[in-house]
This record gives sequence, structure tokens and C-alpha cells, in this order.
Amino acid sequence: MSRKTETVINVVLIGALLLVLFILEQTLPSTHMIFTVLKKGAIYALVAVSMNLLNGFTGLFSLGQAGFMLVGAYTYGVLTIPVADRANVYMYFNGGLIQFALHPIIAIVLAGVMAGIFAYLIGLPVLRLKSDYLAIATLGFAEIIRAIFQWDKLGPITNGSNLLRSYPSYKSLLFYFIASGVCIALIVMLINSTYGRAFKAIRDDEVAAEAMGINLAHHKQIAFVVSSFFAGVSGALLAMYQTSVQAAMFKSAMTYEILLIVVIGGIGSITGSCISSFLFIILSEWVLRFLDSEMYIGDVRVPLLRSGFRKVVFAVIIMIIVLFFRKGIMGTNEFSVRRIFGRSADKKAKGGSANE
Amino acid sequence: MDWLSRNLPYLMAGISVGGQYALIAIGYTMVYGILRLINFAHGDIFMCAGLIMVYASTVLPIYVCIPLVIVATVLIGFLVERVAYKPLRSAPRMSVMISAIGVSYLLQNLALYITGGLAQQYPTIPWISDVITVFGVTTKRVTVITPPLVILLVIGLVFLIKKTKIGMAMRAASKDFETSQLMGIKINSVISFTFIIGSFLAAVGSFLFFSNYTGVTPTVGAMPGLKAFVAAVFGGIGSIPGAVIGAFLIGIVENIIKGLGWTTFSDAFTFALLIIVLIFKPTGLFGEAAADKV
Amino acid sequence: MSDNVLKVEHVTMQFGGVVAVDDLNLEVNRGEIVSLIGPNGAGKTTAFNVITGVYPPTNGAVSFEGKKIVENHPRGKMKKLYTGEHAGDYMKTLMPTPDKITKLGIARTFQNIRLFKSQTVFENILIAEHVRRTSNLFTATLHLNGAEEKAMRDEADRLLGILGLNDVRDELATSLPYGKQRRLEIARALATKPSLLLLDEPAAGMNPQETVELTDFIGQIRDDFNLTIFMIEHHMDLVMEISERIYVLDFGRLISHGTPEVVQNDPKVISAYLGVQEDE
Repeated sequence: MSRKTETVINVVLIGALLLVLFILEQTLPSTHMIFTVLKKGAIYALVAVSMNLLNGFTGLFSLGQAGFMLVGAYTYGVLTIPVADRANVYMYFNGGLIQFALHPIIAIVLAGVMAGIFAYLIGLPVLRLKSDYLAIATLGFAEIIRAIFQWDKLGPITNGSNLLRSYPSYKSLLFYFIASGVCIALIVMLINSTYGRAFKAIRDDEVAAEAMGINLAHHKQIAFVVSSFFAGVSGALLAMYQTSVQAAMFKSAMTYEILLIVVIGGIGSITGSCISSFLFIILSEWVLRFLDSEMYIGDVRVPLLRSGFRKVVFAVIIMIIVLFFRKGIMGTNEFSVRRIFGRSADKKAKGGSANE
Repeated sequence: MDWLSRNLPYLMAGISVGGQYALIAIGYTMVYGILRLINFAHGDIFMCAGLIMVYASTVLPIYVCIPLVIVATVLIGFLVERVAYKPLRSAPRMSVMISAIGVSYLLQNLALYITGGLAQQYPTIPWISDVITVFGVTTKRVTVITPPLVILLVIGLVFLIKKTKIGMAMRAASKDFETSQLMGIKINSVISFTFIIGSFLAAVGSFLFFSNYTGVTPTVGAMPGLKAFVAAVFGGIGSIPGAVIGAFLIGIVENIIKGLGWTTFSDAFTFALLIIVLIFKPTGLFGEAAADKV
Repeated sequence: MSDNVLKVEHVTMQFGGVVAVDDLNLEVNRGEIVSLIGPNGAGKTTAFNVITGVYPPTNGAVSFEGKKIVENHPRGKMKKLYTGEHAGDYMKTLMPTPDKITKLGIARTFQNIRLFKSQTVFENILIAEHVRRTSNLFTATLHLNGAEEKAMRDEADRLLGILGLNDVRDELATSLPYGKQRRLEIARALATKPSLLLLDEPAAGMNPQETVELTDFIGQIRDDFNLTIFMIEHHMDLVMEISERIYVLDFGRLISHGTPEVVQNDPKVISAYLGVQEDE
């Protein structure tokens, strides 16, 4: 199969997906559960891929994702609340300090930039640390970020520990898919570029990578900032999806969830992260919901079923994957048109990823 | 003098909570010393100890509950190691760490399910919960007995590690995991023993901690857990006296910060301390340097 | 102007109180093949690590193409511990990271092969070409550097052709037999376009047949790529056959140097290798 046909098939598939989403939106009532899970799934796919860029492709075990999402979500909220609503939202801070509102798209980009700036500053000291120390330091910084954003001295900007709300948000499912899709495509393009190869080299062997002329500090910093940029964007999308946002929700538990999504999908697989995000959200927010409500078969109450059981089942499934299916759904493989249709014809031409 | 009397309550609370962190921190530092694993679930085991006490005390008298909680907590610690860490002994370090995060997620959700998400009231343990007055400050007796109790336990532990056979095996395993195996040390029993001691101390810590902060929630272990870990890093990971000193320091400074009215930053301070230590002295106060070979 | 490509001056490497390399002086001239030999633990790899920036020397300097690239003197705790001389001669501080040195044109291989294990043979070479890129993060991500990318791939294929690794182009690097892995390490080093190539025990673990092939191969790449080669090797047949000059290290000290004939007959070298029996 030539590169051209592959591109054509990909474009057709993406078009078909968007069309299906569009039709769904036109036919089903907008309150249908499917929209909730698909929107959230798209957002989580982006943040999971951004985390995979670090943990899976660069070998940097970072646990700061929730912190950078927080920065993105707040940047978006703070910059887009309409001036007329500010007095109401910032009621404890005299209407707040900022008295302008930006276009949502500009604010989303700035959300990423802001998260990137935070990441740059944090990266300077912490990226020198190794494996688990890096993990705990990034986790720590995420907590510090959360504390700073809740600090009432910054209330005129961040609204302290109060909700940010009334900012504009797009309702259409298509918007979330396109925004998240474009970002993920950019990350994939980065991974397939010469920089992406350098990241993988660092992951495989830092000493050899450095000896091959790859500046470790510089490249780790790039991966960290880019990953955080997209975590920031996903934070902005999450804020938009929820229509209100509060720093208290971006706890380390959120990072753990994202990490587990990455693990389930396969550390080092972009498509794995995407699939597992949707799976995770659909299962936890929709399909397994029945586990949370009491149920009777005839007159007999089904044991165990009550509020919270869903998450227990879920956690057990995760542990089983972590312990027994350590490669996750995809391992380090990617799901692609080429792999499905062009297997036999291209076996020779693309031994790389098929070999693992 | 005026300053002192105003801040003495915070200082005392700090020393007391520091002692409780110390008991948790020892569990982190010993496990890390041997397995090079940040046992993210340790804080949640501490939480489990609290919950077991809550439920046990509704049906049993307190003096039965206390040994029961200790045994149950030790059992949980032991099982967590056997089920979640042992099968990954030869896996990359990242996998074990992810498994630890998974266990933490599981224990928290299990607690959420059992409690229904409501904070549970910790029972009053007689005598240690009595209100007393020291230097004109009204406090619970637990505040005063924590430091000596911690020191006593640490002395016992150091004795165990220095003088007994299993202690020697633990020291050998933390120096060189593989070689100690070759030398005939039963590494799995050493590791299990380490988790048992860690869980035992976490259970003791839980009696003291929850006598002061009586609401037990599913995530209540997360913060003390992380702080205890920071204490372990600060003291030099693998070093027990280091962890204890680190824990007291964090407990005291954190409460002084609260006393100054910066409560929002009392948690952030701990992490700031962690990052400063990691950057300027990654081996901590008493840690040993490890070199990478090229 | 002398034509030395590499010059090591008074390099001492001390780890705490242990002296791994003691006052090492050596020169490698353009186009030469020079070997560094010595018993195990003599400090050979440490010397390589100093030259390639893995760690800064305790004292001394390294020049490449007539320019100082590494320079250091005892500082901090080492001030007291340092036992050597010439401490006052190198007061500047130059401690580039290994990638900077590779950029200047020194490439190396490793004693214990360090390939990028999840990557194919071809990708291993491409990674090494990253250092000569002209694209930046944005042009590379947006794939606006098509010409450069194509040039990189063509060059990688050319290298694989020259090194006889074409048939395993898309295999995983770690799935290759040992000899080919060593070859790939050399190919990867060449992909950084060096003028000086450091080989750390290129024949380690090879059978006699492979060693003979390697001997020819090293001579060939020196000519084809206009290289200067400095290598550590234990395999004496190989060393004696292709080296123009040899330096001998023992306990971190240079004990002999010269042509293969001179070194071979130097009693100090013989006793270093065989061990001194009496000799109070």
C-alpha cells in the first residue's frame, strides 16, 4: 500500500467518524449520556497522550499532569469570563483584577502556553532527577501549584478557592473531538520527527543518547514543556466541558487516573492511550454505573451492589491489568490502517513497530 | 514570652504530629531501602488501620480492638506486598511503582465503598485522649506521649536491625539486593518482614494520629503518607534516624506555618522542602551516595 | 603547527582518594590509528570518559583539533585530596557535557554495547544523525524539513550499505548477533560525522574470524571516512597489526608508548601484563 492510499483511507475514516458524531448530535437528545462520555473521553485521550509522550516515549516518569491541567483550566476560565459576569463570579474579590475577556480559542492556546511556562520553570530543577525521585518531585509541584491557585492573596485573579464559572463553552461534541484530535495529531507528528527519535533514544539509554550528541537537558525540557502544553489545553477543554472549575478537583488522584489510563492502553502507544481513555470513561461513567445502584432479582437483593462498588470493581480490573497484562491493550504497538489492510503487502517495509 | 505562649500550642502539635509522621516514614524508608520502591500504598494502609478501628470499636471493647487493629494492619501490609509487589520482582521499577499506585487507588476506593464516602468518627481511646494541661496549654495526653513513645519504638527497631539475625539480613538486602540473595538470605521473608514492621508502626501511628484528628476518610492517608515520604527523603532514604528527624522537623514547621496563618501553604511547604532537598542534597541528611557506572 | 587531533595533558582522575588515571599525557595525530592498552582496571575507559565529557577530570586538559575542549583543576573537597602535580596549570574550567563533545566531532562506542534497544538498526543510525540537524522543533514537528529528513534517511542507508548491515536494516538492534551489534555501534558513531573515533574494546567477545574481519574493517573506515582512530583493545593481534602507535596504562599511569615493536619489547609492559614476581 502506498503512502498516498494510506493517507486517503485515513482522511476518509476521520471524515466518517466526524460524520457519525454529527449525525448522533442531530438525532439524539443533547442530554444523552453518550455525549457526556464521548466529550470527556476525548479530553482524557489528549491528556493521556500528553502523559504518554513523557512516560512512554521519553522515559520521564512524571506525575505532574493534574497540576498542568489545573493551570490550563484556570487560565482559560480567568481569561474568558465575560466582563459583565465578573462582579458576580469574583464576588469576594470586588469583581477581580482582570477586566477583559478573550476569545475562547485564543484562551485555549494561552492555557497551553501558560502550562508550558510553568513546566519550563519547574523543569529547570526537577528534570535532573532520576525515575522515582522525578515522579515524587513532579507530584509535589502539582500540589504546590494547587496551593498557589487556592491562595486567597491571589483571589483577585484566581478567585481563591471559589468556583470559576460563567465562562463561555462550546457545547458541540465535534468541537471536543476536533480540538483533541488536532492536538494528538501534533504530538504524533512530533514523535515521528527527528526530535521524537531523540526522545526514544533517551528513553532507551541516556548515556548512549548523550554520546550520540543528544543534549539531555534540552530534549527532556522540550518533552516536558510540550507535554505540559497539551495537558494545559486539555485542562482548558475540561473546564469548558464542566462549565465550572475549582482547584480542589485537580488532586494527585487525577494524575493517578491518567497514569492508569496510559498503563491500560500500553505505555508507549498513542492509539492505546486513546482507546483506553474512551474505554475508561465509558466503563466508569456509564456501563458500570449499574454497580452503584441497588438491584433486585425477584425479591432477592443482589449483594454488594451499592454506591461506590463500581470504583472497587474498576480498581480491581486495573490491578489485574497492572499485574498480569503489563503491556496493556496495545503494548508499544500502534493501531493503523497500514497494520490492518496492508499487513501482508508491507510486512517487509515496516518491520519496526510490527516486530516488538 | 508572649510569643512563646501564643505559639506553644502549635509547637506541641507539631512535635506530636511529627512523631506520628515518623512512625509512617519508617515504613517508607525501610521499604525503599530494600526494594527501591516508593510504596505509594503505605499512607492508605495507615488509613485502613484507622477504619478498622472505627468499625471494630462498634462491636468490641477498645482493649481488644487495639491488638486486633495491629494484627489486621500487619496482615494488609503483608498481603499487599505478596499480591502486588512480589510478582513484579524482576519487572522494571516503573511497573512496581505503577502497581503501588494501583494498590493505593484500590484501597481508597474500597474504603469509599465501605464508608459510603462519609467521614467516620474515630473512637475515643481512654487515657491517651484525656484532656490535660501542660505549661498552661490545654491538649490531649496523646500530644505529650507521642514523642517518647516514638523514640522508644525507634530504639527498639534500631536494636532489632543492629542485633538480630533478621535485622542483619535486612541490612544486607538494602546494601546489595542480588548479592544478599546469592549469600543465602531468603529475600522474600526479609521483604515480608520489612512490610510487617512498617505496617505495625503505621498501625501504632494511626492510634496516635486519629486520637487528634478524629475524622477518618478514604483519602485521609494520602497527605500524611506523602509527608512521611518527604521526611524519609529529607533524612536520607534508608536511614531510620534520618526519617525520624525529618518527620519531627516537618511536623513542627508545618504547624508553625499554620500558626502564622499560612494554612494554604502548610502542605505546599512540605513539597517545597522535598524539592529543595532533592536538588541540593539528593542523598538527604544521612543517606549514602550511590554512583552510576558508565 | 603540529597536526595532532587529540591532545591529553596532565589528566588526573581521582575518585575520592582513589586515583584512576594519574597524570596522563598523550597525543593522537591526524589519520593515525592509536591504541590504548593495559591490564583490567588500568583506567583506560576512565580516560575515554574524560575525553568524551562523561566526567570532568580532577586536573588537566584535553584539546581537540588544537582547541581546548576540557579543562579542570582540583576544587572543593578535591583540593585537599588531590595528590598529583600541575594543579596550578589548568585554572580555567571547561566541562562540556558529552553531547557537546560529540557535536565537535568526537564519536565513541561502548565497551558494553549500548544500542537503543527498542529501535531498529535503521532508526539507531537516524538517531545519531539528529546531532547534525538544521531543523528546529517546529519545522521538524510540522514536517517542513522534508529535504533534511530525506537526506538523513539516505545517509543512514548509505552507512548501512558501507557497513554491510543492509540486510538487517529493519531488525530490532538487540536482535542482531553480537558481531553485528558491534558493527552497528560503529556505524552509529560514524553517523554523527566525527573526525575522531574512539573505540572501546571493539573486538570484545568476538571470535578469531570476526576479529580478523574487524581488523580490516577498522583500516577501511579510517580511509573511507578520513578518520583518526583511538581505541582501547585487549586483543593483541588486532592491536599490533593495525596500530601505528600504542600507549600502555597500568594502575592509571602511562608506563610505555611507541610503535608496536617498541611496546612489545618493553620490559615494563611485559611485567605489567605478567605481574612482577620478585623485585622487592
